[in-house]
Amino acid sequence: MARKLNLRIWRGNSTDGGLQNVTVDANEGEVVLDVIHRVQAEQMNDLAVRWNCKAGKCGSCSMEINGKPRLACMTQVASFEEEETITLTPLRAFPVIKDLVTDVSFNYKKAMEIPAYEAPADLKPGEARMAQVDVERSQEFRKCIECFLCQDTCHVIRDHEENKKSFAGPRFFIRIAELDMHPLDMLRNRKQKAQEEHGLGMCNITKCCTEVCPEHIRITDNAIIPMKERVVDVKYDPARWLGSKIRKRDGIL
Amino acid sequence: MTNSIERHKYDILVIGAGGAGLRAAVEAREAGLKVAIICKSLFGKAHTVMAEGGVAASMGNVNESDNWMVHFRDTMRGGKFLNHYRMAELHAKEAPERVWELEVWGALFDRTKEGKISQRNFGGHEYPRLAHVGDRTGLELIRTMQQRIVALQQKDARDHGDAESFIKVFAELTITDILKDNGKVSGAYGYWRESGKEVLFEAPAVVLATGGVGKTFKITSNSWEGTGDGHALALKAGGNLVDMEFLQFHPTGMVWPPSVRGLLVTESVRGDGGVLTNTDGIRFMFNYIPDVFKDKYADNEAEADRWYNDQANNRRPPELLPRDEVARAINSEVKAGRGTEHGGVFLDVSKRLPSDVIKKKLPSMWHQFYELAGVDITKEAMEVGPTCHYVMGGVEVDPDSAAAVGVPGLFAAGEVAGGMHGSNRLGGNSLSDLLVFGRRAGIGAVDYVKKNGANPVNDATIKSAAEKIEKPFAQTGGENPYSLHQELQEVTHNLVGIIRTRTEIESAIAKIADIRKRAANVTVSGDRQFNPGFHLIFDLDNMLLVAESTAKSALLREESRGGHTRDDFPGMNPNWRQINHISSFDGNQVNVKSQKLPMLPKELFDLFDVHELEKYMTPEEISKGGSN
Amino acid sequence: MATGVFSNGRAKIAERTLRTDRWWLQPAFTVLVLFSFIVYATFRAFENAHYFVEPLISPFYSPCLSTGCVSGSSLLGQPLGVYHIFGMMISPSLFILIFPLGFRMTCYYYRKAYYRSFWFSPPACAVAEPHSKYTGETRAPLIMQNAHRWFFYAGLVFNFILTIDAILAFRNEHNQWGHMSVGTLVLLANATFLWLYSASCHTCRHTIGGRLRNFSKHPMRYKLWTWVSILNHKHQNFAWVSLFGVALADLYVRQVSAGSITNLYFF
Repeated sequence: MARKLNLRIWRGNSTDGGLQNVTVDANEGEVVLDVIHRVQAEQMNDLAVRWNCKAGKCGSCSMEINGKPRLACMTQVASFEEEETITLTPLRAFPVIKDLVTDVSFNYKKAMEIPAYEAPADLKPGEARMAQVDVERSQEFRKCIECFLCQDTCHVIRDHEENKKSFAGPRFFIRIAELDMHPLDMLRNRKQKAQEEHGLGMCNITKCCTEVCPEHIRITDNAIIPMKERVVDVKYDPARWLGSKIRKRDGIL
Repeated sequence: MTNSIERHKYDILVIGAGGAGLRAAVEAREAGLKVAIICKSLFGKAHTVMAEGGVAASMGNVNESDNWMVHFRDTMRGGKFLNHYRMAELHAKEAPERVWELEVWGALFDRTKEGKISQRNFGGHEYPRLAHVGDRTGLELIRTMQQRIVALQQKDARDHGDAESFIKVFAELTITDILKDNGKVSGAYGYWRESGKEVLFEAPAVVLATGGVGKTFKITSNSWEGTGDGHALALKAGGNLVDMEFLQFHPTGMVWPPSVRGLLVTESVRGDGGVLTNTDGIRFMFNYIPDVFKDKYADNEAEADRWYNDQANNRRPPELLPRDEVARAINSEVKAGRGTEHGGVFLDVSKRLPSDVIKKKLPSMWHQFYELAGVDITKEAMEVGPTCHYVMGGVEVDPDSAAAVGVPGLFAAGEVAGGMHGSNRLGGNSLSDLLVFGRRAGIGAVDYVKKNGANPVNDATIKSAAEKIEKPFAQTGGENPYSLHQELQEVTHNLVGIIRTRTEIESAIAKIADIRKRAANVTVSGDRQFNPGFHLIFDLDNMLLVAESTAKSALLREESRGGHTRDDFPGMNPNWRQINHISSFDGNQVNVKSQKLPMLPKELFDLFDVHELEKYMTPEEISKGGSN
Repeated sequence: MATGVFSNGRAKIAERTLRTDRWWLQPAFTVLVLFSFIVYATFRAFENAHYFVEPLISPFYSPCLSTGCVSGSSLLGQPLGVYHIFGMMISPSLFILIFPLGFRMTCYYYRKAYYRSFWFSPPACAVAEPHSKYTGETRAPLIMQNAHRWFFYAGLVFNFILTIDAILAFRNEHNQWGHMSVGTLVLLANATFLWLYSASCHTCRHTIGGRLRNFSKHPMRYKLWTWVSILNHKHQNFAWVSLFGVALADLYVRQVSAGSITNLYFF
């Protein structure tokens, strides 16, 4: 049943740190977070790790496991080879606080920059009518558990600290797409803002965000690319732009 | 040193950033006050995200016959009439507005054909009543509230130049004490989890919205945050807890492997042919059929097996006995030494149904266990046992304002508050509870602050709060908080768990007292920076108070009702229905006293059929026909 | 100054990546295949020979628009003359290849493929890229990627022409209808793959319905959108298959035209 597992855990803080080896028991069916907890209880009482629900629903235990951004609660020990050493590090796109815990406040700052949903001014509670097919696209994006793995893996900010000020990141592109596709949202300049203020044009659609999403949200295909196309409609397509000026077609722009 | 600590001044301090806390904060901000929101983890990670089923509100979108009175009746029945009637009434009346309001804030519920919010059926609800978004309604609720807070902050940034001028979220901060001066709340004291640095909040009103207590037990569906912080803070501030003996357990939660420990295995697994066996391989449920059920449940395997295909001519398999009977049986098997080493028994559906049928009938069960634990329920048995899910008991509050009884300036809403659900909560009523009473706590706090104004914190009060945080680092040679926590969980789970008896509860009380003595000397390794061992010390202190309240209340209640099952007092007793158990803390130990439950007023009494009430009430109560 | 994963404040880790899998395999493979195609396509575009043999025409040369085209190969006439650079005649292929090339260059899938494998931006997920600055598609020339939809429209015209080429291949060497050869199948397959590639395109998905706010008001377009969405899941596959398809169709026509193989007739 039980096996010995070799781990390499990054320990340290914002000024210094390194990988430390540790061997720990692992039982059948355990996930990496279980093993981290055992290390914490038995060998490193002060090992810092963020976690909450341990069921893949809250997105707290984001870290990098063998170099890949993942949720520790959704990574089974059995998915590694018997003799393999598993390397655990904090997210590498954000400043580290301690051990496996990073400062993800960047994401909360960006959340503040995305204009909120704007309901029709005359909408009374209980009177909203929306068809299921009209809410489904936005619902997909609302599955987001804000684990920020997409933000972590996105090379635009992971590899370029200086881009952080001008780039919202995949998590917030799906937020913008969610609102732009919301059947009742009244704010109509989300596309322009996405391009001009949130850095949609920085994305080169290399799809790493989609690859790491634990909720399997099709971030690139269903949010970012449709938003890029909508931006083309209003900014780079003279025919479309002219057409919309002339006809003011409802429900399109 | 009190000058050097970080200080913040607010009108209202909300502790807990789940559905209830955020709803209270929104209400307070909209009334123009300054609010601080404290969360133990990151903003948006609260346990509310785990709620799957939906939010119960009698909007009548699917069945027009639904209304607040039907919802009220269902809630009272579910709680076995131990609910505070006024809370159940307010809840049923206000839930629809609270759901609609979420929609105005951007929530996207699943829709009906007419484009209204879709509602689904759920156990105990007479009509389809649960507004939902697939199986992630809790996430939708928390995200909507979170985004509402952000929207208000954006507005403040436009109007006042600073997004955080009226609402500020303090993430990853633990509150260790509610401060009181002149007999009233004056603020709260705590520390940043990240740095361990201490923080003082000065605020004349505090709203507790800290959620549940599940981590007191060994097997629980709750996250690490469910450590009863609000329950304990209220006790220590001089408040009361009501009916702490009532905890919702599910008889079949996964007990192993750890990656899925606490996750619930739905009853439909048993309905679709799952059988329970012990470590001897015996299908033990046949030995636990009570006499009253003899004519409805099969007493041999052959007949039980036939039932799945021919329900007309055979009696049901005993695995489908009511929840508490199944729980009692599992409990007895484990205590008789026929359980697994992890304290469970086997639940196997793989031998009964072919793999593709299981995957089709139980898709999310299969997927969940396979993805999280590599357990393939189409091939192997699950290891299951009773799991702690929800606490009905909580801070005693005034139903209308959510003000905590006995502590001016303290309010409580959501799971941390007691009374609303009586002895058992209906599915879907927790999310609506958060919204209805979160808002009411917000209003209550606003009214209180407007009437009472600020209440300065005294230096001596700060000093004593600070000392508590320093203490663990000053001690040496004590025990490790992790092992004490585990020990506490064993005690509560085995002795005041799903099935209780006098001798076991008494031994639990003694053991909890012993752990508490030892916990006073715990030591901690490492420094203050993001140190989980250090954090656990305060959680442990809270859980010990909760466990003591639960054990002492459970000892007193000599009947079985809802989430409290006494093996030595199996029936429900109408006399006990009139009694609430009130826990309070004298600084050394928890004391529990009985208090009379307010009687239903006539207009609510009359919503029920008298014959139904006869099952719950004494003849004298029935003859009175309500309180006015 | 250190940036990216080596920035101040981030966890001090010396490695550019700690991935243990063979993450370089996919970009390496992409480079190999795309590079081979480019070499072959360049050779064929400049070869200016063996692109037509009754009734088959290579997709690299259709429509053949210059007066220099071999007789019978110009479906749409010969509006262009013969031009020379440094004494070399410009291949008629070069006049038209710019369109399908542009379509693929600006394609959302190919962008991912070549940004990763040719430009290492990034080479693979969570593998640090070698560039010190990055501006994405916000300025020239990459801002031109926003012209994808124009190339998409042009691509449709070419799909249409190549479909006609496939239909014309239901003839024999003597232009008599009612025959079918291996070449017919090759051109048909090529046209089909190209249609699938276009239909599964993200721009197509956007145009057909993605740009709508309320699907419920446009049931037909919604239906089309759901179909295109299903194809769109496979856009990557169609991108590769249609690329091979074009190269193989050209190779087949070339070999037949050069006399290396015979175009086998079924009837």
